[in-house]
Amino acid sequence: MSAPLTSLDRPNSYIGRSVPRPNAKRLLAGRGRYVSDLRLPRMLHAAFLRSPHPHAKIVSIDCEQARALEGVHFVATGEDLAKICTPWTGTLDHFKGMTSEPQLPLPLDRVAWAGQAVVAVVAESRAIAEDALELIVVDYKELPSVIDLDTARQSGAPLVNPGSASNVCFRSQLDSGGVDDAFATATHIVEGEFSFGRHTAVTLEPRAIVADYDHSAGMLTVHHATQTPYQFQDLYSRHYGIPEARVRVIATDIGGSFGMKLHVYHEDMAVVGLSILLGRPVKYVADRTESFVSDIHARDHRVRARMALNADGEILAMDVQDLTAIGAFSTYPRTSVVEGNQVIRLIGAPYGFKSYRAALEVIFQHKVQTSQYRAVGHPIACAVTERLVDMAAARLGLDPFAIRDKNVIADDAYPRTSPTGYRFEALSHQACLQRLHAMMDYDALRTEQAELRTRGIYRGIGIATFVEITNPSPAFYGVGGARISSQDGATVSLTPSGEVRCLISVTEQGQGTEAIISQIVADQLGVVQDQVKVITGDTEVTPHGGATWACRGAGIGGETALQAARALKRNILEIAALILQEQPSALDIIDGQVVDASTATPRLPIAEIARIAYFRSDTLPPGTQAQLTVSHHFAPQGYPFAFTNGIQGCSLEVDVETGFIKLLKHFVVEDCGRIINPMLVDEQLRGGVVQGLGAALFEECRYSDTGQLINGSLADYLVPMAMEMPDIMIAHVETPTKDTALGAKGCGEAGTAAASACVLNAVNDALAPFGASINSIPITPTTVLKALKRF
Amino acid sequence: MSERDAYVPDEAEETVRVRFVVNGRKVACDASPRETLVDCLRTTLELTGTHAGCEMGACGACLVQLDGRAVHSCLMFAVQADGAAIDTIEGLSESGAISDLQAEFHRRNALQCGFCTPGMLVSAHELLSQTARPTRDEIRDALSGNYCRCTGYEAIVDAIEAVAKARASASCEDGGVA
Repeated sequence: MSAPLTSLDRPNSYIGRSVPRPNAKRLLAGRGRYVSDLRLPRMLHAAFLRSPHPHAKIVSIDCEQARALEGVHFVATGEDLAKICTPWTGTLDHFKGMTSEPQLPLPLDRVAWAGQAVVAVVAESRAIAEDALELIVVDYKELPSVIDLDTARQSGAPLVNPGSASNVCFRSQLDSGGVDDAFATATHIVEGEFSFGRHTAVTLEPRAIVADYDHSAGMLTVHHATQTPYQFQDLYSRHYGIPEARVRVIATDIGGSFGMKLHVYHEDMAVVGLSILLGRPVKYVADRTESFVSDIHARDHRVRARMALNADGEILAMDVQDLTAIGAFSTYPRTSVVEGNQVIRLIGAPYGFKSYRAALEVIFQHKVQTSQYRAVGHPIACAVTERLVDMAAARLGLDPFAIRDKNVIADDAYPRTSPTGYRFEALSHQACLQRLHAMMDYDALRTEQAELRTRGIYRGIGIATFVEITNPSPAFYGVGGARISSQDGATVSLTPSGEVRCLISVTEQGQGTEAIISQIVADQLGVVQDQVKVITGDTEVTPHGGATWACRGAGIGGETALQAARALKRNILEIAALILQEQPSALDIIDGQVVDASTATPRLPIAEIARIAYFRSDTLPPGTQAQLTVSHHFAPQGYPFAFTNGIQGCSLEVDVETGFIKLLKHFVVEDCGRIINPMLVDEQLRGGVVQGLGAALFEECRYSDTGQLINGSLADYLVPMAMEMPDIMIAHVETPTKDTALGAKGCGEAGTAAASACVLNAVNDALAPFGASINSIPITPTTVLKALKRF
Repeated sequence: MSERDAYVPDEAEETVRVRFVVNGRKVACDASPRETLVDCLRTTLELTGTHAGCEMGACGACLVQLDGRAVHSCLMFAVQADGAAIDTIEGLSESGAISDLQAEFHRRNALQCGFCTPGMLVSAHELLSQTARPTRDEIRDALSGNYCRCTGYEAIVDAIEAVAKARASASCEDGGVA
């Protein structure tokens, strides 16, 4: 007996199908074209001299010997670039009262973190440029610096920005009311202080850029390893005074980004300026040490939080204070306060309580900037909430599943507005909890845990629910004045040979953007997938759009492609109807053939329609103008964000003698709405989980008291490697958004959002017999032994 | 600034004639003594499939086969490789030596950005040439010097495990020993 037909049995049904990425074969053959591979005629190489001090006045710079070195073309200081580049300020209007100093590619008279680029050398080769750096003498006068958060907040502390009254960048508060009353009447109150280390993206390909200014054409072309070519087209145009249409940004293959490569970096702006000054292509690729001291860092939060519950274990209220230190400047153009803002708005998000109060304080210090990195704010909000829920469960004698089941917003209670003001269209916490419980074989794990404890083996089981922000509307950046688009554009053409080409503004970083767009177009048009060529990442070619970040590629880019493909199909069928003397509604397209809609009988290949339209338009009825290229733009409307949800679980073992933690297995149940390619979604989740596990156990940018990053290499900064990572089981619940025809939401950050919270809960579960408690990540062996009072 | 320091750059640019067999072809090039093998392969020989990730032998992006064994091309100077046979991802692809690994990586999406992939394939190739049927733990161990930020590793482990199994059963069918 055959299985019942599903939507996937329809011809050309690609939405919901696991198909490999067409563009991955190139990468497997070593044929990737990364910016770090690029070599242009007459191309020169830039290198940067960096500040050894966290805070110092630049007294003088002597570049004479460097300039004299054979092979050196140019040595630039701050003044050289300030003449042609306008300063930028990393504030947005919707973050009321936030401040940050203007920034320039290279500083004029003061450095504000150890590692800040001070002088640029352009030479025939990178090696010569680096030789020249050694010949530059900078006379610095060291100034008092503030490195840690507490010092920066003290009155009388050295000021990061000498003109300001304090080191506060931004403050924000939320208060739904009723918090004090709830705590006064609560049966149980759990509270803690939670700290989250600074970590960084560590993309395997460091930042890379080749800027190529052609004076004869007045044209700037930038090959930029970034997620957001349109944003940079706008920025290069405005800060260097070049008309936007004469700035082209090309984002080809990129060796990882995760949010890190969509910010403005001083070196990148400098390289553009150097190319303008020299009229030649200039290349800069950060080396690994430069990446550690100049890529944005993330997290670095300290959260004090408490939760009130009644005698039944129902959450009544939460009260939160988040402190975060962001470096010397707020990052441009997306600022450095979004993470804190999302922390205080996402805390408690899965649960149905009503009273919430939060205060956020964002502080300057003399370190490299922090900003948005995968799952912005989510891991912190999730860890704080979920640890408090577990502490409450322990207090009440409830199982972690039971307390969550009691408190999550019921699946039939939507739409719903959270106490922090987020509007949820439809989430599925209850369904996800049930799926996870079954998938983990939870009761068996608990039985095994109890049995092993009698033999001195300490396993921990942790779970964490989460809510993820995806498909952002202009509420995210646009309202704050940032020229960062929340819409996307696609141009879909039927080519003269009857194939399909789709130019789209969402970009590819390996997550499979091009694959899912070709799936959607093929599905909606009725052609086989390999007939659809998708082109991304070139501002001269693809329509303007937001590109790929904040989990918007599938949900917004996908809907754009869907609508564009439907419009092209209508146009193709109009021409087909004229040729076949039919009504368009009586026709359909299957496998590249126009067919009778009712019988699926083939009538005419779409290639034939293309041939006639392009080469024999004289045979069409007079007045017919075939439109076989369609452009369509789509901006999200309805809910400001499409929230997703899910739950993760993990099982691990703690060696109480050494403090080492062995991850045994990780589980994810996730609801990202309509799934376009299940394999790619699962791989997004796995990769995201492992980034979260790295944060949980290994990753931290460690600084000395004197502001020096002391583990800025891949031997010293620990990243998750294959040996330490577990297998990850994944299941899905699908609740499509009704805001779009496609129904897709994002899934790229869900893995990272809850993985570290899961581990935190599991480690605490493992250590429960010892009465030990850990409320910070990364959880290193030292942390464990200290909690056990064995170190 | 001492006289000696100021002198270094000129000396550093003096080159040495180096000869290797790269991807089966004899190649000669002029390399400065300080030039690493990875820079020579990528820049002089335009073999950009080999990547530089950490330049200290920690990430595995630069792995190539040198005289049949996986070697970090960032930890060797080009002049040290004089006389060696080097196979890069380009050569391994063209020869078909790793075509089953590449197909399985593709089928399972065992790559995202692809920057680690050439090095991963060199490690996988090395492992399977030493151990016909590695366990999952042995595969994870063999990859412990290959950093991937995108995938979470599981699909890579799955792909290598599947290829090992397929090669073993093919070799059984041929009358060989698995």
